[in-house]
Amino acid sequence: MKKFNWQIWAAFLLSLFAFLSYPLLFVMFPITRDFPWANLLFFAVAVALMLFGLRRAFASDRAHPLRSRIVGGALATFSVVVLGFFVFTVFIWARLMPASHGAPQAGQQAPDFTLADTTGRSVSLSELLSSPIKEGSASPKGVLLIFYRGYW
Amino acid sequence: MRSIEQSLDKFHEAGIRPVAISVDTPEESLDLSKQAGYTFTILSDPNTEAIKRYDLLHAGAGIKGHDVARPAEFLLDSKGTVRWINLTENYWVRARPEQILEAAKLLK
Repeated sequence: MKKFNWQIWAAFLLSLFAFLSYPLLFVMFPITRDFPWANLLFFAVAVALMLFGLRRAFASDRAHPLRSRIVGGALATFSVVVLGFFVFTVFIWARLMPASHGAPQAGQQAPDFTLADTTGRSVSLSELLSSPIKEGSASPKGVLLIFYRGYW
Repeated sequence: MRSIEQSLDKFHEAGIRPVAISVDTPEESLDLSKQAGYTFTILSDPNTEAIKRYDLLHAGAGIKGHDVARPAEFLLDSKGTVRWINLTENYWVRARPEQILEAAKLLK
């Protein structure tokens, strides 16, 4: 019996890792986040392994030719789907955002608001602008507003 | 936000108060700040009032199909005038602390 086709399994697992490591790991570092070259590198290795694995799976000397081809074909398909999904989420879906033409521009007055902080206390923008950052220190030179998506 | 927390001392030295805003409830934001160790102010805008005022509404983009804010950063001076903005084109990619601190040199 021919040995276990490890290449095709490795290709599949590596493509899963290449996908998941972006949101779970590489997004933490600007150098691997702004352009996901590390993930694409893993995908490239996965594709190479997949091609070797497919060649083995479809070789004429397999002990169970049909099973070998079905498993090999399915794993290769999953790997390609994972790669496609990665490209879609990182390069297309992540850019599908409203244009925000109405956002306040440099030189304009920032719209005021009053919102609850994590303790439930109401905080207004004017308070953020005028109250000292730390007790006893001067009032801030500026406020950085960071809008984020939240736990979506 | 992680990088903001890591550079928090530098922001404070520059006289900048970072404030994060999302649609999460105060309880959810409290969980996040505890888990991630965030010590700067986090505000809740579940009714997207401020988010709409800044034209940042990303309708239906939340995981439950709810409205969320598209990521953006605004640097305001002490009078509340916008001095610098960053509307990212890719929501994975946010402003880096170095960029913001560079922009903060514009403030008096």
